[in-house]
Amino acid sequence: MAVDQLSEVFSALADPTRRAILRRLTDGDATVAELAAPFSVSQPAISRHLKVLEQVGLISRSRRATARLSHLEAEPLREAVGWLMDYRAYWSASYHRLDGLLDGLLDELKDES
Amino acid sequence: MKVIAEPGLPQVIITREFAAPRELLFRAYTEPELLARWLGPDSLTLTVNQLDVRHGGRWRWTHYDADGKAYVFHGLYHGTPSPERIVQTYEFGERPGHVYLNTITFEEHDGTTTLRQNTVFQTVEERDGYVRADMETGIRASMAKLDDLVTRLAKEA
Repeated sequence: MAVDQLSEVFSALADPTRRAILRRLTDGDATVAELAAPFSVSQPAISRHLKVLEQVGLISRSRRATARLSHLEAEPLREAVGWLMDYRAYWSASYHRLDGLLDGLLDELKDES
Repeated sequence: MKVIAEPGLPQVIITREFAAPRELLFRAYTEPELLARWLGPDSLTLTVNQLDVRHGGRWRWTHYDADGKAYVFHGLYHGTPSPERIVQTYEFGERPGHVYLNTITFEEHDGTTTLRQNTVFQTVEERDGYVRADMETGIRASMAKLDDLVTRLAKEA
């Protein structure tokens, strides 16, 4: 994924309504009306959120009769999670080793005193 | 450990507590033989080439992977490094001119030190791209767990 696309995915994920829409889509494809039902926002507002999600590749949309179906696309989400995990893993592993080193240094100080 | 990377901001903030006084953390950050023992991913070996711990002093270290490929990072200290605060610029050897600024603060209460690392990049794209490239090792190893995580992330409202 291009880096600018990655930051667009992060922007898209920053909105709680859009994350709730993604959560709903993990249970299967849904129409705009179905996605709007749990929220106190209008269908056009949901449509705008869907447009954002579609633009960054987090969902794709198809037609079923007169309704438009939204489908969750896992790959960009996977990459966004992967990025966060790697950064976290790097520092988490480093700090974990630092804990051990500090323990050793503390023991040395105790032995000296 | 808490990692904050807000969308649209060219910044990453990490906070982490350590059960040690900040003087010891300062030593772990500024003594070459100590730094080499903890910094970096498990898969890489760290060689500390230079740590000139003073205002305007240069630092340089090299990560080596299992095949011996070297990843050099270098930069300068800004302001006199102390157990309260270390400010340093970073540049990856293969990308001159792409610089980020790290401010590390150590706050001690009752023998526990809270480390806060604030990293500021030149642009949001730099942050998203540079940090990701820097952390590329391990992506493949963690792929298996990702499907799970994707579902969980999507389910976190």
